[in-house]
Formats: sequence, structure tokens, C-alpha cells
Amino acid sequence: MSDATTPKGELQSSIHHMSARTKRRNAAERRFRAYGIAAIAIGLLMLVTLVYAILSKGAGAFSQSFVTMQVELQEAKLDKKGNRNIEEIKKVTTFGYAPLIKDAFEKVVGDRGIETDLKSKEMAALLSKSAASQLREYVIANPEKIGETIEFRFLANSRIDGYLKGRVTRESIANDKNVNAEQLDFADQLINAGILEKTFNIDFIIGADASDQRPEAAGIGVAMMGSLFMMLTVLALSLPIGVAASIYLEEFAPKNWITDVIEVNISNLAAVPSIVFGILGLAVFINYMHLPQSAPLVGGLVLTLMTLPTIIISTRASLKAVPPSIRDAALGVGASRMQSVFHHVLPLAAPGILTGTIIGLAQALGETAPLLLIGMIGFIASNMPQTIGEGLLSPNSAMPAQIYEWAKRADPAFYERAWGGIIILLIFLVSMNTLAVILRRRFERRW
Amino acid sequence: MPVFWLVLILLALAVAGYFIGRIRAVNSVGGDSRVLHSLPVYYGASAAISVLVPAMGLLAIWLLAQPILVERSVSGMIPSSLIPDGANLNLVMADVRRVAEGLNVAVQQGAISNEQARTLRAETSDIRAVLGQVGVALGQEVRPEVLRAAQSYRNLSASGALAMTVTVLALAMVGLGVSIRISHGQFRARNVVERVILLLLMAAASLAILTTIGIVFSMLFESINFFRLHSVSDFFFGATWAPNFRGDSDLSILPLLWGTLYISFIALLVAVPIGLFAAIFLSEYAGPKTRAIAKPLLEILAGIPTIVYGLFALLTVGPLLVSLFGQSGTLGVNWMSGATSVLTAGAVMGIMLVPFVSSLSDDIINAVPQSIRDGSLGLGATPSETIRNVVIPAALPGIVGAILLAASRAIGETMIVVMGAGAIAKFSLSPFDSMTTITTRIVSQLTGDGDFSSPETLVAFALGLTLFVLTLGLNVLALVIVRKYREQYE
Repeated sequence: MSDATTPKGELQSSIHHMSARTKRRNAAERRFRAYGIAAIAIGLLMLVTLVYAILSKGAGAFSQSFVTMQVELQEAKLDKKGNRNIEEIKKVTTFGYAPLIKDAFEKVVGDRGIETDLKSKEMAALLSKSAASQLREYVIANPEKIGETIEFRFLANSRIDGYLKGRVTRESIANDKNVNAEQLDFADQLINAGILEKTFNIDFIIGADASDQRPEAAGIGVAMMGSLFMMLTVLALSLPIGVAASIYLEEFAPKNWITDVIEVNISNLAAVPSIVFGILGLAVFINYMHLPQSAPLVGGLVLTLMTLPTIIISTRASLKAVPPSIRDAALGVGASRMQSVFHHVLPLAAPGILTGTIIGLAQALGETAPLLLIGMIGFIASNMPQTIGEGLLSPNSAMPAQIYEWAKRADPAFYERAWGGIIILLIFLVSMNTLAVILRRRFERRW
Repeated sequence: MPVFWLVLILLALAVAGYFIGRIRAVNSVGGDSRVLHSLPVYYGASAAISVLVPAMGLLAIWLLAQPILVERSVSGMIPSSLIPDGANLNLVMADVRRVAEGLNVAVQQGAISNEQARTLRAETSDIRAVLGQVGVALGQEVRPEVLRAAQSYRNLSASGALAMTVTVLALAMVGLGVSIRISHGQFRARNVVERVILLLLMAAASLAILTTIGIVFSMLFESINFFRLHSVSDFFFGATWAPNFRGDSDLSILPLLWGTLYISFIALLVAVPIGLFAAIFLSEYAGPKTRAIAKPLLEILAGIPTIVYGLFALLTVGPLLVSLFGQSGTLGVNWMSGATSVLTAGAVMGIMLVPFVSSLSDDIINAVPQSIRDGSLGLGATPSETIRNVVIPAALPGIVGAILLAASRAIGETMIVVMGAGAIAKFSLSPFDSMTTITTRIVSQLTGDGDFSSPETLVAFALGLTLFVLTLGLNVLALVIVRKYREQYE
């Protein structure tokens, strides 16, 4: 019989001789395994590419080019009558300050022996458009300094900044009206003279956003405050509500259709696209309740609804992990069910709940789509909130919304800001997730 | 912020109630708390609850209901002749609200007195100038009817707020009085407190239902408004999407749906093979050490915010693809004209979905009983044959469920397509073309200064509802499949 099913020859194999079919099967085995390794490798390669892209493109946002020079605050230009009347000083607009900067450049060229064909106006164009208003603010704050020569540190224009960072080259500016090759030569000379230099830029981290004309001055600090107030709202609402809902569902809910409906609802809400929550926020919080548009409070409310399912799911898991014997023991010594839950089960589940909450918050921190709909983009978030009420109610941006806003602007100098913003956002996310992991390792109890 | 102060007063009353209730209960049994029915804390808590819960509930309901009632009574004042063609009552009411708020600001800043704000007449004074002084900019001249409506809006709101404060405080006082009266040794305070807490827990749990209802109704009402202005058949079966803010737009969902599905398809084309093979390798081949390193690393991809992927698509992948397939690109084919395309968005979305597919499939493959594998290996199958012929078929329903969940993710994803897919609504087969999706159009129709009475803005709600139904359907289907599959092996 065996002769009929196994033909002689090629299929016969032994330890010493491998038949062609076995070879084929083993090759298929190796190939299959290689596919698996390749899939993992591609996944990890994508992760590495992503991280590399973020780091290489965003690192530039943390340094900035500054021009340091002496500016004479000429009395003849700033305070013609010489009586230091603050109201009259305020009447001098930023146009009135522009000549001071030009003069300062002329003086630098003269003192350092820099040879250039540039006119002083073109030299002053190396500075950010904010330079004149920076001077004006200083003078209005310190009117007694008029007539003196003070050292100022001005932001360099974004093109010059890009030149120092290697983003702008002599080839790339061929069609650029904002900068020409002579100005770059002049910048080279300023670098040699130690007047123009690239240093760490704290203003990117703590500063406010700037208009599209001044990418060099834009910072993410105000948006960070917006995110902070949003996260406070989310924490204050979603933690108590989420824990309460989980306790009910896990400890008290009777097995009936209402409970079933709630449970199905929660698992479905976890999978609803985030933009739908944005539509809900727009329709309910803004159009119906007339809460202020662009306010972090509204953003926080929308994100609360979005994170609740996450928090409920993880809280229920950690409540479930507390063994029934704890509850039985508490009930046995005369505690009520409510007491056994609040005095014994909840404290034991607290580390797990905390971990879940932090992960939920991290998710909410990076969420962008709903914020677009409730109007947290399309304006310049330039005012640092002064009080808690203002922080919650006055229009502000949030970190991801600010990044989106920068990515939309036309000037490529803003792209560097967007990548830099992502680095900051990711630092927050990584530290929150690390904290969650540490908490879990430190306090998790195996029963 | 009078509501803020009101809440503070309520809290203060509750704290007072707590101490009074507790002390009264303890005193009623002569200071021996062992004789009490419940622990002293519960007497205090029950007093605080009876101050706080009814008053806060009333406050919340009042705050929700008052604007509707005021609006209804004020909108009756506006003659239909005032409503311009093409606009509707909502637009005029928005004007009324803006004027009323402007008057409030003006009174607050002292530009006009409260009395003046009540009696101002549009015929005699220039409201726009008055409000302009305090920084409230009005688009057009205030018509007398609008001003009168705004004034009555203010009056009604103010008297409503006063009535609310009085009623809420009265209710709190009544609660305090009652709770103090009944706070004595025999009162079953713990039972009452626990029942109230249970009710609060239930309320928190039903918030999930409330959210769903909110989502459905907020989109349903606006969608109905949309379908009053725009034909249903054009929305579902028309062929072009061309919103035009002067009216008469073609608003059909089909081109958007095509873009959405095409991009999702490409995303799944990237994510499913990679995710599935990664899951197979991790669960069947990898040792515990490789698994412990590779799995969390892959899952990082799922934790990265979508805005990061969006930026990656727009600034890295898009230009890269153009340098390959674009004009004067490496391949010299000139297929791609801009950085935004179906392929850009799809590929990046695929990266995002890899961990989603892999960790779900990993769980499912792990749930296949070991005995099935052992049986196959024992018959002489190689591991890969076992996986292909035994494990995968056994896990197939679960894997299909995982892919459906990933598809629902892809369809609802917003930031990647907003930044990477482009804005042109068309039917095209080329993956190098720029296309647009449902979520992208929702964002673009709802950001900016659209008014909520034009079909061009309202269409976003109909799109949102379609998206919601679509993703919900996929999720429910996936969950049913996964659940059924799990039961098979339990």
C-alpha cells in the first residue's frame, strides 16, 4: 500500500539526504520567518525615521540667531522737547525708532572696519521686524535712559537665522525678495565680528506666538498654558466622573438591560472618531450654551467626553483586579457595601486608576481634531493668561493646535517651529507615560 | 461672575450644614456617639448633601433652561419683515445677543449707566458708536427692533439671574433647615447618604449615554436643517462636491466617500501585511526577550499624536514621494504634481495603524489554544505550515474584526488627511492625485466664519452623522465578530 502513496525516488529522505520537497518546505519556513522579521524591522525603521525626522528638523527651533549691538537712544529723535513726558514719548511710533537701528549698524560698520556696499536700510533688514518695537518698549519702560547708549540683543530675521542654521543658502535665495547675497556676505562678516551669533532660545519655550511676518519671534509658551488649563479641566472632570461611573458599573450595577446599554455605549464611545466629539462640542457647548469660542474650558470639556471611556475602561480593569476576598472581609466585619468600596477597594485600585488617568490625559494632550472645530486655531495666541478665570475662558491655543497653525503658514521658517513644538509635545507625552509606567511598577500589587 | 459666587455660597452653606448636623446629632445622644445609628460623619454629610444636591441640581437646570426661554420670548418680538431674504431668525438673534452683550460690557466699563442701557433708543442715539467706544464692534447699524429686543433680552436675563439666585439660595436654606431638624440620634443618616452617593454614581455612569444622545441629536437636528435646504438625493447620490458660499452649491458625499475609502484602503494595504506578520512573528517565533523589546517599541507608534503624523506626511513623506514620482523626480515619471496625495496620506496612516493591527491580532493569535498547534506540529507540519493552515484559519474571524476596527480608525482619522491628502474632491484612480475626505471637509466647512444657516456650513453635520454611522457600524460589526470568536474557544 505504501508504494502507491509514496512514489520512490525524490520523496525519500533521511537524516543524511534531504529530499527536494523537504528543502522546499524548509525554505518556505525560512521565508515565512523572514517576512515576520521584515515586518518588525519595517515597523521599527518607521519609528526610527519618524523620531529622526522630528529631532533633526525640530532641534533648530531651540536655538536662535541674535544680533548684539550698541544703540544710541538719541534724544533728538525720541524726545524732541527734552522734558521726558511719557505721553509724548509714546507718540513716537516704531517708524521713529527705525533710524536708531540704522545708525547703530552704520556705527558697527565704521568701528569694526566691515566693508560692505549695503545701505543702512538693507543692513537693518537683517533684524527681525520686532526690533523697533523692542526698542520702543524699552524706552517707554525706561524713559530716563534716553540719550544714553545701551547694548541691545535683537532677534535676527528668519532668513538670516535660516542661513546660520543651514536652511537658507546662497542658491536657495535666488527668487527670494526678502534677502540677497550681499546681506548674507554682511551676515558672515557680522558673525566674524562676534555681533551675530546663534544661542539657545528660551523664548521658543516660554514665549507667545507671533504674526506670519516674524517666524523668528514665535514661541509655544502661551499655547502650553492653554494646554495646561485644558488638562486641568479634563483632570478635574474626567477623574471623578470616570471613577464614579466605573464604581457603579463594576460594584453596584444590577445585571439588566440598562447596564448593558451603558456598557455597550462606553465601548462604542471609545471608538468614535475624535472629530465627532468636536462637532458635539461646537453644537452643544458653543452654539447652544454660548460658551466662549476658543476657550480652553470648552476644549477641556470636549476632551473630557473623549477621555472618559478610556479612563472608565482602565478604572474598571483595576477595580476588577482587587480580589473579592477584600470586599468579603470588609462586609464580614460589618461595613456597608459603600464603605467596603470606598474604604478598601478604591484605595487598593488607586495606582491602577492613576496610571489609566495619566495615559488618558496624555492621549487628550495630543488630540487636535476637535480643537480645530471649537476654534482654537486661526488667530495669534499672544496673551499669557494672568488669572485662572482668564486662563479658562479667554481665547487661547493649545500645543497641537499651535503646531497645526504653524504648519499651515506659508513661510517655511514656521515648519522648524512646528517640528520644535512637536519635540516639546513629545517630551510631555513621554514623561507622562514614563510616570505611568513607574507608578505601575512601584505600586502594582499582584494578588 | 455671580454664578461663581453663588456656588461658593452654596459650598459655604454645605460646610456649615455639615458641622451643625454632626454636632446636633452627637448632642442629641448626650455626646456618646456609640448610641447613634450611624457614624457622626454621616449626619454631617447628610446635612451637607441636602443643602448642596437639590440647590446645585436646580442651578444646573436653570442655567440650561433660562437661555432657551429668554430666547423664545425675545424672538417673538422680532417682526418677520426684519428677517432679510436668505437669512433666518438665528442670524437676527445672533445680532440681538451681540448687542445685549455689548450693552453689558458698556455698563460694566461705565460708558453708560444701567438706566441708559435700558432706555437707549436707536432712533435717538448712535448705538454703534457707543459700543465701539468700549471695544464691541458691530457689523452694521443697529435697527430699532433689534435694539429693543436686545434690551428686553438683557432685562429678562437679568431678572432671570436674580430669580435664580433667590430660588437657589432659598432651596439651599430649606435643605439646611430640614436636615438640621431631622438630624438626631435615631435618624438613619448612613442609609440616606449611601443612597444619594449611589444615585450620583449612577448619574456618572449614564453620562456615557448622555454623550451618545448629545452626539446623535446635535448632528441630527442640524442635518435635518441641512436637508430642508438641500436635496437629499443630491447629497447621497450627486457626483460633485463644489461648495459655493454664494449659494447654489453642489454638495455630494460620494466624491468625499471615494477619497476616504481610497485613502483608508491604501492605509490598510500598508498596515495589514506589516501588522499581521509582526503579530505572527511576535506571538509564534519571537522569544520572550525580543517580544519584551519589540512589542512596546511598536506600540509607541500608536501613542504618537496624529498631528505628528500629519506633519510627517506634509513635510517629509509628501516631498519624498514628489522627488520620486514627481516632475524631474528620480523615476522621471511625472505622476505627482504636489506633496499632498492619496498615497502620502495613506502611507502615513498605514504606519499609524501598524501597531493597532499588530497588537489586536497578537491578542487574538495568542487566544488560539496551544493544543491545536501541538496537534498540527505533531503531524509533522513545519511551524509556518501550522500558522498558515491551522492558526490563522482559527484566528481568522478575530483578525477580520481587528482589520475592521483599523478600517474604522482610518475612516475617522482627521489630522493626517487634513494635512496630507489635499482638498480636491474628485473621482480618480491614481494614488498620486490629491483627494479629499469626509473628515477634511468637516474641518474646512466648520472652521472660519460660516454662519449656521447656510447649507455650506450645515453640510458638515450631515457629513459628521454619516461618518458616525459608518464608523459605528464597522465597530459594532467588528465587536460582534470578535466576541463570537472569543466564545468559540472559551
